[in-house]
Amino acid sequence: MAINSNSHHRHHLTLRQQDARTAWLLLIPSLFVIVGVTLWPVISTFFLSFFNAPTGINQVRTFVGLSNYIDMLKDQTFWETIGRTLYFTVVSVGLELTIGLAVAQLIHSRPWGWQFLRISLIIPWAVPTIVNGAMWRWIYSADFGALNGLLMQLGLIKHYVPWLTLPEMAMNLVIVADIWHTMPFVALVLQAALATLPEDLDEAAAVDGANAWQRFWKIRLPLLRPAILVALIVRTVDAFRVFDIVYIITSGGPAYKTLTITYLTYLNSFSFGKQGTGAALSFLISAVTIIMAFVYIRILYRPEES
Amino acid sequence: MRSLYKISLITLALLFIVGTVGCAPKPAAGPVTIHVMTMDQAGLKPAEIDQIARDFEAQNPDIKVSMEYVGYDNVHDKIVTGMAATPPAYDAAMIDVIWPDEFIKAGYLLDVTSRVTPEMKAGMFPASWNGVTRNGKIYGMPWLMDVKYFMYNKDMLQKAGIAAPPTTWEELVDQAKIIKQKGIADFPIIWSWNQKEGVVCDFAVLLFGNGGAFVDANGKPAFNNDKGVQTLTWMKQTIDDGLTNPSSVSSDENAVEANFLAGKSAFAVNWLFQYSDSNDATKSQIVGQAAFAPMPVFKAGADAGIKGSSVDGSSSFAIMATTPYADQTWKFLTYLASNEVQIKYSAEMLPVWQADFQGDALTKLEAANPTNPVTVPAFLAQFPYANERPTVPYYNEASAALQLAIQNALTGVKSPKDALDEAAATWVSLAK
Repeated sequence: MAINSNSHHRHHLTLRQQDARTAWLLLIPSLFVIVGVTLWPVISTFFLSFFNAPTGINQVRTFVGLSNYIDMLKDQTFWETIGRTLYFTVVSVGLELTIGLAVAQLIHSRPWGWQFLRISLIIPWAVPTIVNGAMWRWIYSADFGALNGLLMQLGLIKHYVPWLTLPEMAMNLVIVADIWHTMPFVALVLQAALATLPEDLDEAAAVDGANAWQRFWKIRLPLLRPAILVALIVRTVDAFRVFDIVYIITSGGPAYKTLTITYLTYLNSFSFGKQGTGAALSFLISAVTIIMAFVYIRILYRPEES
Repeated sequence: MRSLYKISLITLALLFIVGTVGCAPKPAAGPVTIHVMTMDQAGLKPAEIDQIARDFEAQNPDIKVSMEYVGYDNVHDKIVTGMAATPPAYDAAMIDVIWPDEFIKAGYLLDVTSRVTPEMKAGMFPASWNGVTRNGKIYGMPWLMDVKYFMYNKDMLQKAGIAAPPTTWEELVDQAKIIKQKGIADFPIIWSWNQKEGVVCDFAVLLFGNGGAFVDANGKPAFNNDKGVQTLTWMKQTIDDGLTNPSSVSSDENAVEANFLAGKSAFAVNWLFQYSDSNDATKSQIVGQAAFAPMPVFKAGADAGIKGSSVDGSSSFAIMATTPYADQTWKFLTYLASNEVQIKYSAEMLPVWQADFQGDALTKLEAANPTNPVTVPAFLAQFPYANERPTVPYYNEASAALQLAIQNALTGVKSPKDALDEAAATWVSLAK
């Protein structure tokens, strides 16, 4: 029907405003869920970080202002842990990006068996992190590990090496396990982006005499920028907050050499029973990840290219 | 039409909210289900506890028992997170001997003083009640009385021509050198020195055997004095000399057992469970070769009159304070700790009832299964020397600092003295 009989009562609202009102009414249920499940805990944690809050039933919480934050920033372990976490993030994401890009290029060039390659990439990504961690812990095992077995057979070592007890090696070993698990994500994102790139730019450049490296560096890479940005943001934020793979493989050891900032937060909140400190740490982590995301978007996001 | 469409959409949305909000779980009619969490490491095996739960359910049709097993190192944190829920995720959980102070302060444990009968109080070892009693109130049901035992591989010692196991740690080093030299084992000794509570247990055994202690008479840290530094230096030295398997630095008690049972080491300090597992052909390659010996002490400790040294690793079951099913849970715990059940499964875990170790009952206990004639005397000989770790509410954080210090020294990152001094400074600041 062309004429809505109710329009007499609503003559003070335009059609657009009516739609907006309906939209709001429909959004309210999901807003409830988002506020309740996501926003409320964040706000509540923020308030908690200003208190001394021991875990337990009916525990007294004393307001301590910025004490939790200040104590944190004065603690040497905190700064060492941030350093370790940054090391993990930079190395892990850097290598994932490089290897992922190489693998994406490989798939894109459609060699024989490329479908199998693409499908088999899913397997490391699909394995749950816990399973992945347990598997790598066994690979690195000093007495029964496959890594030791392989190196021994290749004649590279004479005795089994207790890899996970070496303070300088342990973090790198965890990084290898993490790269194995998440590189497929980067590779698949980049490969999907590569598939959408126009072929003719490449061909025109080849005709003009550009070699493969120049074509890659000057044409492909700039066009891949949005996809790389997506992969970088997701992986960097995830890598900075890494917890489960460290928990399974090394439990933060040896001598805290693989302790990451989320693990430190976990220890404070649950093992040491200091929820105020844990909340302050959580907030610091959130602040750092938001800053990282901003930096990326500033550097890499060019609206005119998207 | 348009308004009808909008009205129906809005109604659907409202129904969605009401449905989600109104979907609170309703208490089930019928049998009550209690959730009990314990470790999968020392004590009874999960399959055995499951069987006990089924037997209990058969006798008590109105109670269902849902057991959950986690690795020892995860139990503490699972209790903390479980207690954040209402009702709590667990109605009862296993409590290690080092946690009651922290958990009582946090209000997690139910006071069960009035539920404990005089028979239980008199019947179970006083040491087992000490672990769960604070200020005259009882907070749990004793379960496992465990200490670290010194176990060695008889066949390896025989092959090396060694007549008897060592009585001092210095002798152990000499024997280990012979075994290594003869090629019988690459690394004759294996320990649980990973950055978890296990390393503090091993350190306790060695520290007290050197005449040292965790704290002095005033409660101030004493583990960083000469005796403590000597002990830690000795530990590092055994790795440097190639006698202690370097993988000890990342091994927990399960890894120690795996190593010992694979025949890779001649000496392994561990809880009781390692012995019965060593005679299980599905797990062990050294069936019949493992033996107990009294835990050695350092020569300096022996000269000072120390006759024996071990560490108390007992655990009990506690009812969580906010459980709605305290009565049913206590019923299950009583059954779990009952004498009949404990004797039946005594191969993995010796009973906590004193009467079992006297007179005719002792004969009956030793006959209950093949390993008891060996484990019972070993327990009676070693338990009196069980040393306690500090009973303070902040023990978990204090222990973490000590674990870090020991690991720093063992990996060569810091000197033993510096590492222990750092941990001592943390203990002092925690005590404030």
